[in-house]
Amino acid sequence: MIRVALPYHLQTLAGIRSEVTLTVAGPVTRDSVLDALEARYPVLRGTIRDHATRRRRPMVRFFACKEDLTHEPPDAPLPDAVASGAEPLLIVGAIAGG
Amino acid sequence: MSAIRVLVGTRKGAFVLTADGQRRDWSVAGPHFAGWEVYHLKGSPAEPDRIYASQSGGWFGQVIQRSNDGGLTWEQPGSAPAARDASPDAAAGAPMPGGESNRFLYDTSEETGRPLTTHQWYDGTQHPWEFARVWHLEPSLTDPGVVYAGVEDAALFRSNDGGESWHELAGLRGHDTGAEWVPGAGGMCLHTILLDPGDPERMFVAISAAGSFRTDDGGRTWTTINRGLHSGFLPDPTAEIGHCVHRLALHPSNPDRLFMQKHWDVMRSDDAGANWYEVSGDLPSDFGFPIHVHAHEPETVYVVPIKSDSEHYPPEGKLRVYRSRTGGNEWEALTEGLPQKDCYVNVLRDAMAVDSLDPCGVYFGTTGGQVYVSPDGGDHWTAIVRDLPSVLSVEVQTLP
Repeated sequence: MIRVALPYHLQTLAGIRSEVTLTVAGPVTRDSVLDALEARYPVLRGTIRDHATRRRRPMVRFFACKEDLTHEPPDAPLPDAVASGAEPLLIVGAIAGG
Repeated sequence: MSAIRVLVGTRKGAFVLTADGQRRDWSVAGPHFAGWEVYHLKGSPAEPDRIYASQSGGWFGQVIQRSNDGGLTWEQPGSAPAARDASPDAAAGAPMPGGESNRFLYDTSEETGRPLTTHQWYDGTQHPWEFARVWHLEPSLTDPGVVYAGVEDAALFRSNDGGESWHELAGLRGHDTGAEWVPGAGGMCLHTILLDPGDPERMFVAISAAGSFRTDDGGRTWTTINRGLHSGFLPDPTAEIGHCVHRLALHPSNPDRLFMQKHWDVMRSDDAGANWYEVSGDLPSDFGFPIHVHAHEPETVYVVPIKSDSEHYPPEGKLRVYRSRTGGNEWEALTEGLPQKDCYVNVLRDAMAVDSLDPCGVYFGTTGGQVYVSPDGGDHWTAIVRDLPSVLSVEVQTLP
């Protein structure tokens, strides 16, 4: 099972209060995890990836295992610890403001 | 006894204010969608307990919300209610329907419009059309399942299924001038949608900073309606497009008569926008954002003068609504109950509305978080609430 931690506003939107656990068929990549997440919670479509371009929204970031994976290719394998469920994939709203 | 429901969109959520027909004692519910920008909420005239809301934010984009119980509970149209997402089916990974209600894709097909993919950018180059948010939702006057959305970058969308899915009325952007439209400081937004109560094929829209447009065929083709406007910031002040129209208003009894608050100038048209003339008259400033018409007096118009395009607050620090009973030109200041010193708030374009009781109630919200009501057409004002987040929009429903 893949563990995904969502930021507060997306938890609220999806009506959840904890990590999400997902089953991902095939390679565990950022896109495959997001595909599974959006299939479970369709309301999240467009909130993490742009509807039209499918690219990451500019102020959304992806962390795991104390690393910033935001700029990794979306089809690159996620760390083994994420694929095994030992560590969550963190979806984070970028810090903004002063 | 009648009741009033005021729908308030703010920078940090939505609020629903309710009172009976006396409009003295108010209840405040909210924030709904806390922490998100709610540019606009509006109820269906055909089914008032159905309310549409535009929830958006810089991080996570656009969400459309819908209530079928007058704002008590909300759902994303077409998606399973949030509570069901925790059901065993969901836990097992079964896909749920929905997710289309926040999908606003520009139509670039050859069949329905033109493959228009760019518009003019601030530096004069062409820039891709990029969806940012829904500024305004306008439910059909007769069908609770039909709703229009005015969006940034400027385009008009329509939903025929209560907001579950959207399609662009591409003829508007496909207008001959589309590639020349430019954004204003606040972005290039379609912010005003007026439906003609006497002609379901006719509607009016306004775009900053392109101008005003009218369709007479349900949105397939559009005509610019900017003749008579004069904008000093344009190389050609009377150009066909490029005008920063802030808001349009009409009275249902005479939809050929339009009122406009432009970047500067208060304007009027008596021929459905074909020609405009200025009616700023004796206003202390003719810069402003909202404009609205009295519910029962088609010649009575309200504006909120703002000092200038460089200083977005009331002249002299006095918050004054101005009323004309003559369709413009002659204006009177309405000040009773409004702060008359040290007031430096703004009133945004969608933040004024009227109810349809007699006497007519007038409402507006400020960037300082106050929502004011006048239950007597503007003669006396009181604050319903004083400390909401910055108000983006105010709509009013008069309920039986």
